[in-house]
Amino acid sequence: MSTETKTRIRKTRKRNPRLRPLPMRDGQVEGYVHSIETFGAVDGPGIRFVAFMQGCNMRCKFCHNPDTWKKNVGDKMTSDEVLNQALSYKDFWGDKGGITLSGGEILLQIEFATELFTKCHKLGISTCLDTCGQPFTRREPWFSQFNKLLDVTDIVLLDIKHINSAEHRKLTGYPNENILDLARYLSDIGKPMWVRQVLIPTITDNPKFLTETSDFVKTLHNVEKFEVLPYHTMGVHKYAEMGVKYRLDGIEPPSDEHVARAQRLLHCADYQGYRDWQPGDSTLEKPVS
Amino acid sequence: MMNTVDETQTSAWSGFKKGQWQTEIDIRDFIEKNFVPYDGDESFLEGPTDATTTLNDKLTDLKMKQRKVGVLDADTKVVSTITSHGPGYLDKDLEKIVGLQTDKPLKRSLMPQGGIRMAVDALETNGYKIDPEVEYFYSKVQKTHNEGVFDAYDADIRHARHNKILTGLPDAYGRGRIVADFPRIALYGIDRLIAGKQEDLDLTGDGEMTSDVIEQREHISDQIKALKDMKEMAKSYGCDISKPATNAQEAIQWLYFGYLAAIKTQNGAAMSIGRIDTFVDIFIARDLERGVLNEKEAQELVDQFTMKLRMVFFMRTPEYNSLFTGDPIWATLSLAGTGLDGRHHVTKTAYRFLNTLHNMGAAPEPNITLLWSDNLPTPFKRYASSVSIESSTIQYENDDLMKRQWGTDYYGIACCVSAQPVDSGVQFFGARANLAKTVLYALNEGRDELTGQQVGPELKKMSSEYIDYDEFMGKLDKMMDWLADVYVNALNIIHYMHDKYYYESAQLALKNTKLDYTFATGLSGLSVAADSISAIKYGHVKAIRNEDGLTVGFKADKDYPRYGNNDDRADEIVVWLVKQMYQKMNTHHLYKDAQLSTSALTITSNVVYGKNTGATPNGRELGEPFAPGANPAYGADISGALASLLSVAKIPYKYATDGISNTFAVTPTTLGKVEDEQEDTLVNMIDGYMKNSGHHINVNVFKRETLIDAQKHPEQYPTLTIRVSGYCVYFADLTKEQQDDVISRTFHTSM
Repeated sequence: MSTETKTRIRKTRKRNPRLRPLPMRDGQVEGYVHSIETFGAVDGPGIRFVAFMQGCNMRCKFCHNPDTWKKNVGDKMTSDEVLNQALSYKDFWGDKGGITLSGGEILLQIEFATELFTKCHKLGISTCLDTCGQPFTRREPWFSQFNKLLDVTDIVLLDIKHINSAEHRKLTGYPNENILDLARYLSDIGKPMWVRQVLIPTITDNPKFLTETSDFVKTLHNVEKFEVLPYHTMGVHKYAEMGVKYRLDGIEPPSDEHVARAQRLLHCADYQGYRDWQPGDSTLEKPVS
Repeated sequence: MMNTVDETQTSAWSGFKKGQWQTEIDIRDFIEKNFVPYDGDESFLEGPTDATTTLNDKLTDLKMKQRKVGVLDADTKVVSTITSHGPGYLDKDLEKIVGLQTDKPLKRSLMPQGGIRMAVDALETNGYKIDPEVEYFYSKVQKTHNEGVFDAYDADIRHARHNKILTGLPDAYGRGRIVADFPRIALYGIDRLIAGKQEDLDLTGDGEMTSDVIEQREHISDQIKALKDMKEMAKSYGCDISKPATNAQEAIQWLYFGYLAAIKTQNGAAMSIGRIDTFVDIFIARDLERGVLNEKEAQELVDQFTMKLRMVFFMRTPEYNSLFTGDPIWATLSLAGTGLDGRHHVTKTAYRFLNTLHNMGAAPEPNITLLWSDNLPTPFKRYASSVSIESSTIQYENDDLMKRQWGTDYYGIACCVSAQPVDSGVQFFGARANLAKTVLYALNEGRDELTGQQVGPELKKMSSEYIDYDEFMGKLDKMMDWLADVYVNALNIIHYMHDKYYYESAQLALKNTKLDYTFATGLSGLSVAADSISAIKYGHVKAIRNEDGLTVGFKADKDYPRYGNNDDRADEIVVWLVKQMYQKMNTHHLYKDAQLSTSALTITSNVVYGKNTGATPNGRELGEPFAPGANPAYGADISGALASLLSVAKIPYKYATDGISNTFAVTPTTLGKVEDEQEDTLVNMIDGYMKNSGHHINVNVFKRETLIDAQKHPEQYPTLTIRVSGYCVYFADLTKEQQDDVISRTFHTSM
């Protein structure tokens, strides 16, 4: 291998730390699990077994799970272990439910997700990926790995924290170009997706930004559902426990009317399953409706 | 006697499909032959008629007045019998279904046969004075059930009762828990039922008068008298129930007269109405087809009948109320279910009964119990879920499980959650024993941890401050042996005396003469006991003792598995406890060779049991409430709602056929963001629980904040209804302690 190649790989790895190999046990990748929710009814279609994975790059000011930020901590579980635990709840899943991987940021443990979802698909279990999209890149080798994961993923839940990249950086520590690119990519390949806009009074509720978000989401063809996630303060106590300053002190959760207004601006009600579009059509070439 | 079909029957039965039910008394056969399953949705339902609304407003008004004063009116002199009172009405001109417990709405009747002390106290604590002659009669002339029981109790039972390791025993009031086959009156008329009982009387015994034959003959004669009295009582309302009902209104009215006879003679711990939905539906369907009834009128009949079930109250003492708060009477109404042939029993009338909650608002009675099966049609499942989400008034029970266990599809729910074959089953109600206290007795040499009295067998002291698991289990085993002995002995006495002094002739007149008895027992503090044992096994627990050597607190050095997290290490302890207690009690002679059953069901008494139990090894403080029924201990189930459900579902129903009650509270937003999703989630959740052999679940859907607000401003939530272990109650009728208890329970939420 030439020095140049080595350097490139090292650089890529630096940019994409998730490709640092995850620990192995019993011939399987181990994932770092923060916690398990056996009864997730708002984390994808139907009742779902949700594994919240540990580790996230973003530092969202409103995050209600700051205890999931740190990487390489938490319960080490193999995909079989997670799967077997999940399977005891399969009678509750009906015809829509299944398994959701959430976080933290699940794409930081992409090999684990791929292994688990592959096993799920063999058993006919519905798989759902709940991501903020921050690790997304079209660079290799990450992109190929991601496509492998998408092959065994039935639906993606994608959060849009802010439509404006500069504002996004202020709010989360990262720009949003690659996140919006992920949305477009998923649209292009026709992967069913639920989009969620986090609604934080004074920060993401500006009608101008919401309209921009709405315009963007309209260009996508794979959006089955568009939801508003109202900001809440239920995780604030965790900051004190962790000794981390909470930066949104004084901001109150939005009222029901406030949420309804945002839903109107975003045209959430328009998203009811697939739109008239075939996989293979490109998002970018479609005129904005 | 040859049972031939006479002319009145022919005309009353015209339009029905023929069957054995015509010559034999067999409601199940009638239902099987005639009912039509309904697969559609709720869109056919009608709102209330003006008459229903006017009546309902009057009743609500009376209930609000009653809430302020406790008791609106009470008999102090007239002892209630089937015929003791003249007719009573809420508004005679508007009522389609008539009949009250006494001569005035919500006026409470006097029933001293269970125990005169209880009757006197109940009146006095509510500001009434019993007539001295009545008191004299039941103290000096006529013995009561209560006196009989105490004549026979031994010191061991009295100690156990006094120290509250046995509580709520039906030794001073009616044991209840009989589901009578009320539809018999409607289908056959009283005369045919009397003829049937007369035939049974003639065939009782072989001529040799042994004590069992004598008792049986006396009981059948009592039943015949009760049937004659029912006829007379109905006549006072202008109805002739000697012959079969000829239309839907009569059918409902006739069967209600049977229920009325039951509640006029028994102040039982539960007065269930049974399983009447498919039966009633057959009559309504015939009338609709004949064009003599429309949907609005059909709904009116169901609404007004249901309203009657909302008007039943008994005179209770404060002690009783502290155990079972909110004046419950468990007019348990079982709906839907499936048949042995695989057809579901959802009819339009099951929908109509659920619709009463829309038409007349939420109310605790009747205690609506939905017999759930995988085979119920989806539209019905969804409709029931929507009613649950809206009103939190439905409990769900596993029809597939119960059908298999009881071998029949014609069973009803007696009391809170206990199944019973309607035609031939009777349950002897047995209250409950306190398992958490039993754990403490094992650690305190058989002494009560609060009174210091030697109640159980005197065991050697524990050898060290840190509790050795094996040593403890040896002592626990001895203590459970003793508890089983004393508990079964007490119940044998109670049921003997109940049959002797307070026999349920009206209800048993409406069942087969040859009966199968279940000997019910109950376990309280199950999760506290299980977690305590787990703490001792895995947590290295130290006992803290006072100067008398009694335990006053515990400290676990290590974390340990807790029941409610789908963790077998803890869950198997719960299963072990239930099975052990069952097996120990089952070695005993049981009254009338009854079949033993047990339950994990506390109703609201979990608060009082907790109050009377010292600190336990699982870290629970002295006086802290137990979790209700089979629920995991408060705060112990931290692995999510489904893990909690699966833990409870591990308790084998075959030991606890009296019921495994799970009280579940969830916030609406946890179920989903929109109504459609919420219904879907609830349906899947119940389906999943039942598929895993869960027996019973109370579903409460509301926010904790709502309850906190309702506690502060009760006037704004006059009919906020919630489900507690095995029944429904107006939140405003709970004591402050019980409200706090409900508020502090595990609410399943997600972030």
